[in-house]
Amino acid sequence: MPVITYRQALRDTLRAEMHRDENVFLMGEEIGVFEGSYKITEGLLKEFGERRVRDTPIAEEGFVGAAVGAAMLGLRPVVEIMTINFSLLALDQIVNHAAKIYGMFGGQNSVPMVIRTPGGGGQQLGATHSQNVELYYAFVPGLKVVAPSTPADAAALLRAAIRDDDPVLFLENLGLYNTKGEVPDEEVVGEIGRAAVVREGTDITLVGYSRMAMIATQVADRLAEEGISVEVVDLRSLRPLDRETIVNSVKKTGCAVVAEDDWLTYGIGAEIAASIQEGAFDYLDAPVRRVAMAEVPLPYAKPLENAALPSAESVTTVIYETLRAVGRRVG
Amino acid sequence: MADTAKPKATGKTGSRRRAARNNADSHFNGEKPEVLLDYYRQMLLIRRFEERAAQAYTQARIGGYCHLNLGEEATIVGLMEALQERDYLFTNYREHGYAIAKGTHPREVMAELYGRSTGVSKGWGGSMHLFDARTRLLGGYGIVGGQLPLAVGAALAITYRGSDEVVMCQMGDGTTNIGAFHESLNIASLWNLPVIFVVINNFTGMGTPVERSSAEPELYKRGSAYRIEGVRVDGRDVLAVRDTATTLVERARSEHRPFLLEAFSYRMKGHSVVDPAKYRTKEEAEEALANDPIAMFEERLTEAGILTDEIKKEIAESVKAEVADAADFAENSPHPEVSTLFDYTYATPVANESRRMPADPVFAE
Ligand SMILES: Cc1ncc(C[n+]2csc(CCOP(=O)(O)OP(=O)(O)O)c2C)c(N)n1
Repeated sequence: MPVITYRQALRDTLRAEMHRDENVFLMGEEIGVFEGSYKITEGLLKEFGERRVRDTPIAEEGFVGAAVGAAMLGLRPVVEIMTINFSLLALDQIVNHAAKIYGMFGGQNSVPMVIRTPGGGGQQLGATHSQNVELYYAFVPGLKVVAPSTPADAAALLRAAIRDDDPVLFLENLGLYNTKGEVPDEEVVGEIGRAAVVREGTDITLVGYSRMAMIATQVADRLAEEGISVEVVDLRSLRPLDRETIVNSVKKTGCAVVAEDDWLTYGIGAEIAASIQEGAFDYLDAPVRRVAMAEVPLPYAKPLENAALPSAESVTTVIYETLRAVGRRVG
Repeated sequence: MADTAKPKATGKTGSRRRAARNNADSHFNGEKPEVLLDYYRQMLLIRRFEERAAQAYTQARIGGYCHLNLGEEATIVGLMEALQERDYLFTNYREHGYAIAKGTHPREVMAELYGRSTGVSKGWGGSMHLFDARTRLLGGYGIVGGQLPLAVGAALAITYRGSDEVVMCQMGDGTTNIGAFHESLNIASLWNLPVIFVVINNFTGMGTPVERSSAEPELYKRGSAYRIEGVRVDGRDVLAVRDTATTLVERARSEHRPFLLEAFSYRMKGHSVVDPAKYRTKEEAEEALANDPIAMFEERLTEAGILTDEIKKEIAESVKAEVADAADFAENSPHPEVSTLFDYTYATPVANESRRMPADPVFAE
């Protein structure tokens, strides 16, 4: 299996899907001539021309809404929003239109579109450019939200998202674009709505997605050297949420930690902890713990930014604490 | 305050009324009487339909918000006459008349207002969200300005495929102040998209007069920053609207570019059924009633000898029967089954989709 970057996996998949289906086209700011702020669409304008790789004005509400309208007529737009922070300007079109049109009109018209956008802090971009607000969208029935953490999942889930008849928010991450992994040569269409157990383990369940899933596997690999067996659940899909996989894991391990790349209050960890207590109450040997960002607008200065963000170290600390709570001698 | 928003010809109440009479052309240059009578009938149907809807609303047969087209009948019929069947229409939430004039059966519109499964949106949309894939009414939208980006996207799809439909996108005067208006006009012009943006200027957004919300209250000029040609038409005159709109629709089709059409008319009642419009002066309310497009058309048709008492009675009766039938149909239609609650969340079935009812446990045994 070839080893390629997450970025390459996205680009190859976009390209292949555009060759496969004439209705698939790309829209976004700076995706054509500039070849994408993060170069995901590099080479695509040259290959497909302006009709299918369309540079838009800086008008998120306007062009995201235009994608919704084009999808209503049966095209399959894949929109790039430069970073998820700017998706807030398109909130109305995503939440009040893309997510509502199928249901609100009694199933007469689906909206087959994809919004690709990266989240991610840790790049010293300051408070407005470092957020992970994908949960705003994961809150909304009618939308599907996926967040792959590996190049293979990026390819498989992007393919699935493009072929899906519903609006899909496809979350990327600035910190993942250069990561590498094996991607099968054959065409794999991922399944939206399914988490994956990416490391099997018996001592503790560690849940994350996107960049935190990557960190979770690193933590699991390191703790294995200390004889701690961590089971890592990569959510991959935030809506629908695969609670079954999480709960089954906790039934095996008896305790869980959730690693979140954004603020704790009202976050995904709260949702998962609630699900675990309802689905695996009798199996729990310790409270579910959450590792999450400090609740501040993310500062620019590196020491402050580093301190505010969850990391492999903070995840490891909380795993130790949880294992001690169930009576293990660790750390 | 300077009354810059209103067209010059319409100054004080009395003169406006007179102006309309003076304009009355008893010859209707070459118009076929049966066509004129058909317009008249359509306008009357919308009028009676809306009155019936208001009644049903006050009787609590209709829920939610209910915005009526009273006073806009001539505009609606004129606009819909300008569209071909294959052309697409997007509107705001004040769209009952548009749905009917585009070809949805009044029964299905009324049933939607009643929230019945036979409604045009199967009871999922209500008054503000009528949608008919068959007639290409691609939705009434309750969010002010929400329909504009969508209409631009539909026109983009048309251009992408190289076909020749046109998209009409209706909105109110207040909508010209929202960001989506400006983003959409810019994109439509930049990409040469066949969209007719139609601003229904009833001089008020809820209770706010145009000149208190739009820094350029001559709304047809608001496309000029985007090099979009704007035209103002007397929305009380069905023929003027039809002719102006037809020209723009056909130009959009052949020239591949957007236009902005402002049609002014008077909102005869409050913003919605529940609004008594107390913010209006007595004179303003009277002015609105004096600008009743149906009364004006009736007068012209009568003067031209086209509308006789007999025909008038005949049309009134058939319209009355049609509206009564629509209300009966709605009343006797079934409510949607609760078992269909999860039918329309996703078009593509998906793993782990929640189908939990409020009191259900998260993990069903
Ligand atoms: C984004 C948004 N803001 C506010 C409202 C509440 N609202 C509903 S109708 C309306 C007035 C709109 O006026 P106009 O565009 O002139 O249309 P009209 O009702 O006169 O047809 C307002 C403020 C809304 N529906 N959506």
